[in-house]
Amino acid sequence: MTNVKIDKTIDARGSACPGPLMELIKTIKSVEVGTVIELLSSEKGTTVDAPAWIKKVGHEFIGIKDGDGYWSIIVKKIK
Amino acid sequence: MTKRIVIVGGGTGGTIVANLLARNLYRQLISGQVVINMITDKEDHIYQPGFLYVVFDKVRPDEIVRKQKDLIDPHVNLIVDPAVKIDRDNNIVITKSGREFSYDYLVVATGSRIVPENIPGLKEGAHQFYDLEGAKKLRDTLRGFDGGRIAVTIGVPHKCPVAPLELTFMLYDYFKQKGMLNKVELYYTYPINRLHALEPVSNWTVPQFESKGIKYETLFNMEEIDPAKKVVRTMEGSELNYDLLVAIPPHKGSQVVIDSGMGPEGWVQTDKRLLKNEKYNNVYVIGDTTDIPISKAGSTAHFQADVVAERLSSEILEGAASTEYDGKVVCFVETGFEEATYVWFNYNTPPNPAPPSRMLHWMKLGYNRLYWLSARGIL
Ligand SMILES: Cc1cc2nc3c(=O)[nH]c(=O)nc-3n(C[C@H](O)[C@H](O)[C@H](O)COP(=O)(O)OP(=O)(O)OC[C@H]3O[C@@H](n4cnc5c(N)ncnc54)[C@H](O)[C@@H]3O)c2cc1C
Repeated sequence: MTNVKIDKTIDARGSACPGPLMELIKTIKSVEVGTVIELLSSEKGTTVDAPAWIKKVGHEFIGIKDGDGYWSIIVKKIK
Repeated sequence: MTKRIVIVGGGTGGTIVANLLARNLYRQLISGQVVINMITDKEDHIYQPGFLYVVFDKVRPDEIVRKQKDLIDPHVNLIVDPAVKIDRDNNIVITKSGREFSYDYLVVATGSRIVPENIPGLKEGAHQFYDLEGAKKLRDTLRGFDGGRIAVTIGVPHKCPVAPLELTFMLYDYFKQKGMLNKVELYYTYPINRLHALEPVSNWTVPQFESKGIKYETLFNMEEIDPAKKVVRTMEGSELNYDLLVAIPPHKGSQVVIDSGMGPEGWVQTDKRLLKNEKYNNVYVIGDTTDIPISKAGSTAHFQADVVAERLSSEILEGAASTEYDGKVVCFVETGFEEATYVWFNYNTPPNPAPPSRMLHWMKLGYNRLYWLSARGIL
């Protein structure tokens, strides 16, 4: 996972509303298939919610990295 | 040397910035040291939160529309001519009729717009209340609605994240007043895995919906609508039948932003505290069109307008500015026809909604009138 090339980063740290998952949904709709997106969130819940959604809609969940007080969720748009 | 300020977009944010600047820079405007040009695309200024009340016939459309020229300080030049190109490298805005406006400082406040065409079938199959025509059409349809399932669905991204929830609570009270709750099923959906982006609002809503019999589904993102079969299909693979669909269309920023290479979907890269755009030190961005991950709301545009007016005034009068935007957003949320709650938050303080009360409902109704003072930079 460490050598995955990130195409786009969404910095949703500190975003109460609309929040990290909504930012991810918005971005995934607007980028090309094949784009690798990194979602930064300071909400622990995103580490569960985002992968669950990614799997439900059928994109590729690449993984989660721990940051300093935040998490980085990596996903590839595949359809 | 005359300093030229151009503001593009005469909605909530642009109008407040223009009027605050006119007050702060009054002497310089009179003496000609500062010129403010506001470029907008229509004569009318519409108070968008009023659409919610138009749907339920609680406000007439003419109560939420004013002439922009009556709201703007007379020392600001109002140009009603859509901007078609913003050239940040040469500090020029070009309008549809071909006029060019050079600037020393630019404020981009072009808002957001609904793009129902981005979801197949949405335009034909669904109602919406995010513009005046849509709100009136929904009002007329509700008057004649004789029963069945009303589904509320939400495209991403969208402005005013609370409006769909408010609509649902108000639909409940509307049909309760008509004595039709036994004939109407309300079905609310939400894109993420709770009922509202703000977790405390969502937690509060669950028992409310359950006690009122309002059905709901989360992780619901529209992929297409089949207007003939009256079905919504989602990205998550589910299907929902409806008799009447109220679907908030997804939004985009203004076309001029896209055509000027400032952001492919119309969202302009914006520093979340300084409200400046990328490397352009003289370009400020406020309101719905910023790419800051924050609620697209009138209150956001208002607080950002306060910051930008302070910063620009200080930069022009004192050569430097230190005021920053702290992420403040304030929302009054209608929880029916009788009560409302209130929530505020910023980048560091999470939201903590107040218990719903009649007082907060009256405050929201009061603000609907006071808005015209806000727009004038008085409140
Ligand atoms: C149904 C509904 C309910 C709402 N309820 C609430 C609420 O309760 N509380 C709240 O805080 N917010 C609410 N909002 C949201 C609020 O209205 C918006 O977030 C707010 O108006 C954003 O301000 P803005 O200045 O960024 O954009 P706008 O106010 O939309 O202004 C943008 C302006 O730019 C103009 N423009 C666009 N392109 C161009 C161009 N190329 N050239 C010149 N001009 C251009 C537009 O015509 C418009 O006048 C609600 C919105 C809706 C639809």
